[in-house]
Formats: sequence, structure tokens, C-alpha cells
Amino acid sequence: MTSITDPPQGSFRLSMLINDTRYRSYTFQFIALLALIAFMAFLGMNLVRNLAAAGLNISFDFLQDPAGYDINQRPIEYDSRSSNLRAAIVGVLNTLIVAFLACVTATIFGVIAGVLRLSNNWVVSKLMAIYVEIFRNVPVLIWIIIIFSIMTVSMPSPRAFRGDDPSSSMLFDAFAFTNRGVYVPAPVLDSGGWFVIAVFILSIIGIFAYRRYATKKLYATGQLLPTFWPSVALFFIPTLLFYFILGRPITLEYPELSGFNFQGGITLRGSLIALWFALAIYTGAFIAENVRAGIQAISKGQTEAAASLGLRPGRIMNLVVLPQALRVIIPPLISQYLNITKNSSLAIAVGYMDVTATLGGITLNQTGRAIEAILLLMLFYLTISLLISAGMNVYNNSVKLKER
Amino acid sequence: MPQDTVAFVRTETLPELPPPASQAGIVKWMRENLFSSIPNGILTLVSLYVIYLIVAFAFPWIANGIWNTDSLAECREALQGATGACFSVLSERWNQLLFGFSYPAEHYWRPTLAFILLFAAAAPVMFFDLPRKLLIFTGLYPFIAYWLIWGGTIFTPLFALAGFVVGYFVYARFVKDSFAMGFFGGVVAATITWIIGGYITDLIAPAQPFLEAVQSRAMGGFMLNMILGVTCVSLSLPLGIVLALGRQSDMPIIKFICVVFIEFIRGVPLITLLFVANVVLAYFLPPGTTFDLILRVIIMITMFSAAYIAEVIRGGLAALPKGQYEAADSLGLDYPQAMRLIILPQALKISIPGIVNVAVGLFKDTTLVSVISMFDLVGMIRGPILSSTDWNGVYWELFMAASLLFFVVCYGISQYSQWLERRLATDHR
Repeated sequence: MTSITDPPQGSFRLSMLINDTRYRSYTFQFIALLALIAFMAFLGMNLVRNLAAAGLNISFDFLQDPAGYDINQRPIEYDSRSSNLRAAIVGVLNTLIVAFLACVTATIFGVIAGVLRLSNNWVVSKLMAIYVEIFRNVPVLIWIIIIFSIMTVSMPSPRAFRGDDPSSSMLFDAFAFTNRGVYVPAPVLDSGGWFVIAVFILSIIGIFAYRRYATKKLYATGQLLPTFWPSVALFFIPTLLFYFILGRPITLEYPELSGFNFQGGITLRGSLIALWFALAIYTGAFIAENVRAGIQAISKGQTEAAASLGLRPGRIMNLVVLPQALRVIIPPLISQYLNITKNSSLAIAVGYMDVTATLGGITLNQTGRAIEAILLLMLFYLTISLLISAGMNVYNNSVKLKER
Repeated sequence: MPQDTVAFVRTETLPELPPPASQAGIVKWMRENLFSSIPNGILTLVSLYVIYLIVAFAFPWIANGIWNTDSLAECREALQGATGACFSVLSERWNQLLFGFSYPAEHYWRPTLAFILLFAAAAPVMFFDLPRKLLIFTGLYPFIAYWLIWGGTIFTPLFALAGFVVGYFVYARFVKDSFAMGFFGGVVAATITWIIGGYITDLIAPAQPFLEAVQSRAMGGFMLNMILGVTCVSLSLPLGIVLALGRQSDMPIIKFICVVFIEFIRGVPLITLLFVANVVLAYFLPPGTTFDLILRVIIMITMFSAAYIAEVIRGGLAALPKGQYEAADSLGLDYPQAMRLIILPQALKISIPGIVNVAVGLFKDTTLVSVISMFDLVGMIRGPILSSTDWNGVYWELFMAASLLFFVVCYGISQYSQWLERRLATDHR
């Protein structure tokens, strides 16, 4: 890098690419880009050579071939003659089912434990602290296996429910806990059943509309409308009314013992329950810490200021503390939901047929299409996590403190 | 006021009475903390009942535990139908739980010694009051531990160490001129040393090394979890710092590479990365290269935790006031100097709790390797032990032991992190 290339008219010399901080970053980036391209090319050439040596190619045709295996939990129509693609979709749906159930349950556990941990009741707060510490510090895989063992080893077999003097009996004649899974009643919709459901959804919307109207009226006129009892009434009365007017169109189908197993109702397999509850209690412990941190982040002055304005404790919580605490709680809560979705891939340890077990497990082993299957698997999880973080960004922007 | 309108005036003070029983001691404490209101009282009673249920169930089970039988059948016989745990699975298979089922039994002292030395090596990093000279041992520890656990000729770790020493001296010689020259010079010098050392090792390695070599696939049990956890956390820390700095960089291409890497790794579950290590990675290596599975797994887990650590450190970098960057610039420091002397020490201090959280999470996640049929603690329990004829059906004792091992380590680390956070809180509140 000498100055032989020094152009007579310009002030730019080649040595400035190394020595001048204005241009040095271009050199670095160029080198980094070259290194990256070289690395990718190295990997790509190895891949081509290895595939050629093994007589393989990259193709996604295997998705159309019949899968040839059964899936024990089928949210959509599926049998062993269906394609691998359909098996993957069943797996995706199973992933989403268990992730959704676990998110809801973990939120409930976490909020209860987080609030109770701040309780001034000594026993309760210590108990919740123990719950949080125990479940946070043991790997979730161990929890999944423990609950799976409880479901498959400690539960009675369906045979125990038979005979004149059975050793096990059903809970309320409706729930059967067996080592093959938990049987719960299934709702059966007759004609008109959908109408009742529609009424129920409408009344929920009605509750929100009424509350909004009450707030608006309060701000406009200062008149305080009751909200609790009208909400309860709206929740129950229209639905029950239509339920009986239409002649009870929704009935429950109870599981019944026939032969060696239970028939009817909905079967929740041990693997689903293990995954669901293990993820829920494990993540619930983390959420409890988030909730506690969120509530503690609100300075005491806020509560005292609200109290000195004459607000009652319930209103202080609803109008002053919670809106501020939620701003702190919700971002980590959403990333916990993301963790649940990713951790649901541990399903493979207990044989729950999620997308990792179908596409990344059996399909991969049967077709030998490792690269393609894992690529699709990663793309699926990547899409989910990008969607969730996009949602989080929207939320963060909407609650951002708007300063003048 | 006339004197005689008051019937009686006490002229001496009354002796002090003890506070009423309801306002002192344990009664007051219980009233305030357990039964301050009716719902609170109900909550207390419910909690006490829950505790009673747990203790009533667990106490006889643990107290009646049997520690010295050879199989589950003998254990059931000894219990004669009473409730009781069969802890003898732990006493009989303890070594397998810790070291896996194929690590040679006469060499168990080697990983044990490495484990004890780990404390000595970690102490000067964890506690700043200890003399700084001890850090030399920390630097030597990886090579000692490798030699102890894997065994084989001592020249392999010696030359690996020599490479680092040579690299350091070259770096120290050139870093005064330019950081880039020092760094790349050091890397080149170290690589040359390693290549030469590799040839020399092949020549002079004794046929019967002092410590017998142990194959990687013999590693198992809790030892495997510890190896993966410690190695991956320590390797991912520098990688995470580089990624975080790259993400903060104002060079668009470098920033883009780092962002894509971090977001990609954080978006996929660790299991898919382990699948990559298990079945896909071989396709991307030159034909004929054989890689230890344990090494492939270490690479993948390191990348995984580096992405998370990078995000934590990025938070620390962003939390520093802009004045620190500007002050470094105005002192005339260049980028490496500013980062090394001003920015990183402060940013890393802020990020320590987050880094420890990632480390604990990573240590727990090392159990996932059991899914790709490596026999770590969970893999040992689910594989060889539960499927053996002697112990088929012992679940709770084994899982309790595994949970306890993980709990002790993870809880210990998080308590340390809280202590450190208090210790490092130099701002006045």
C-alpha cells in the first residue's frame, strides 16, 4: 500500500482504506463480507459434494408422499395414508394447541403466585416463594417427565373402573383419570347450538360495550353507573334464556366404559397433560417473578397519592397501580409465551405428536430428508417467534410514555 | 382553678405494665402476619393444610426409605407393603448417575478432581477480593480439566496452552501500535504454534500416557451436564460480547450479519439446533471429517447461548449514558481502546445479573441432549437405569435426586448473582 497509485488530482489514496477512519470501515465491511461469502461457499460446496457422494439431492417432494404412520392426536382429518405435509400440519396444530393451553394456564398460575408472594400473609408468601424457587431451578424437561410419569404410572388403568366393586371411580361420573389419558365430557351441538354460542359471544361483546359506555358517561357527566352486577347479568341471562327457549340444544357426551377402554367424550392424553402442565407450572414460576417485579416497580408514592385523592383500595389497584404495572409486566410476559412455544418442542421426550415429533422426528427418520425437514421446522418456529415479537413491538409502541 | 374541685390527683407515676397479650410477642405477630382479616385467615388455614398434606405424604416415604438393597424387588420385600422410598437405586447407581455408564470406574477420581479444582478456578472470577494472582490458575484450568477428564498424552493440552501463550505475547508486542495488528498477529502466531505442536505431539506422544485416554462417548451423567454447561457458558461469553458489539456497530454489513445471526438463533428452539448438530452438521463439513458428537453439541449450544448473552450485553451497552462514549472519543481513544477501557467494563457490570440468568437457563437446557440420545443425567435415568431389570419402575427417587442436583447448582448460582448485584451496586440510592 504505497503511494504509487496516488492520483495526482484527487485527495484519495489507497492507503487511506487502512489508515483513515473515514474509509477504514468500508475495508472492514468488505473483508467481513468476503469472509462470510467464503464461509458460505465452503459450506455450500461441502454440502454439494457430500450430497453427491451419498447420491442425495435437495427436494421437497417427500412432503407429497404418504406418511405411513399414525398420529394419536388429530385435530384435523388424518390417517396413515395422508401425506407427510398433512402430518406436519397436524403437528403444527398440536404445537399450537399445547402452546395455547400452556400460555393461558401459566398466566393464571403466574399471576396468582406473583400476587400472593407479595401478600402480607407470612405463610402464603413463603409458600409461593418456595414454589417459584423450586420450579425455576429444575429443568423443564425433568418436570415434563415427572408429570408424564404421574400420568402413566400412578393413574389406574381403565380395568380398575370395571366390575361391581371397582377400585377406582369416575369423578362426578364425568371425568375419568386413567393411565391412558384423562376422559372429559364433550359438548355436542344440536341444531340451534351455534345460535346459543353466538348469543354468548354477543353478550361478552355487550359487556365490554356497556363498560365502555359507563366510562364515557363517567368522564362526560361524572355520573357513576354500576358495572359489576350488570356485567354478571349480561354474562348469564341471555345465554341461559336462549338455551332453554331453544330446548337445550347443547348437551354433554359423557365418557363411558365399554370393553377395555372408555368411549366417547374427549380424551386428553397423558403426553398432552404432561407437556401442558409442566410448561405451565415451570413458566408460571417465571411469570410470577415478572408480576412481582412489575407491581414492586410502582413506587409507593403512586398508591399514597391515589389514597390521598380519596380513592378506595380497589380503584387504586384498577386505575393507578395496574395500568402502570402492566406496562412493565407485559413485555417479559410475551417473551415467556415465546419460550413456552419453543419449549413445547420438548414434546418429543414424552411422545406428544407436535411438529418436532412428526416433521422433525418420524418423517425425518423415514424419508432421510434431514436438511429439508429441519429447515422447514426452523422456519416454522422462526415465523412464530417473529410474529410474536412483531406483536410485542406494536404493544410497546402503543403503551410508550407519550412525553410532551 | 381551686384545689378542692379535683377529688384526687395522682402524684407518682404508675409502674409500666406489660403490653396486652394481643399486642406483643407471637400473638401479635400471628395477628398481623397470619390472621389480619377473615380472607387472610382462610388463606393461612388453606396453606397450612396444603403443607400438612405434603409433609404427611412425603415424610413417611422418606423416613422409611431403604438404602441398601440390590433391586426393586428386594426393596419391596424389605418394605413389606409399607410406604417408603427405595433410595437404594441411588446408592447402587450413584456413580452411573454422576459419570455415565461407560466411564472407566478406576478413573472416577479424575473428573472428581477436575470438579473440585473448578471451585478453585472459579473463585477468583467470582470473588474480587481474592488475590489477582490466582487468575493464573483459572487460565490454566481448562487445560488441566481437559487433561484430567479426557486423559491421553499431556502434550495436547500443553501445546494448546503454548499456542495461547505465544499468541498473547505477540498480541502484547503489537497492541501498542494497533489493536487489529496485535489481535490478528496473535491469532496467526497461536495457529502456527498449534500446527507445529500437532506434528510434534504425534512424534513424541508416549504409547502409554500417564493418564489413560477416555473416549468422548464415555462421558455421561451429571458430569456431561457440567462439562457442557461450564464449557458453553465460558465460550459463549466472548462470542456474545463480539456479537453485541457487532449489533451496536455503525457498519451496516457487520450489523446486518450480527442481527440475522442473533434473531435466527433466538427464534428457534434449542432442540432443532441439537438436531442440526446430530444429523445435519455432517453434511456441511468437508467429506471424511469426523467430529465428536460432544464437540458438535458444544458448538451448537455455544452459538445458542452466545445469541442470548449478546442480547443481555446489548441491553447493558444501551443503558450506558451517551456521555461515556463521547468522553472516550474526546480523550482520543480509538474504538478498541474505548471499548476495552471505558465502555465494556461498565456495560458488563450492568449485564452480570442477566448473564447469570442466561447461564442458569443454559445449564438447565443441557438436559435436552438426552433427546439426541446422549446419556446425560436425564438420559441415564430414562435409558440404562429405568430399562434395567433391577430398577424398572423406580421413578420418584431418581427424579427427586436429579431435581435436587439441578436445584442445588441453579439456586446456588442465582443466590450468588443476587449477592453480586448488591455488591456491585455502587450508585447511591
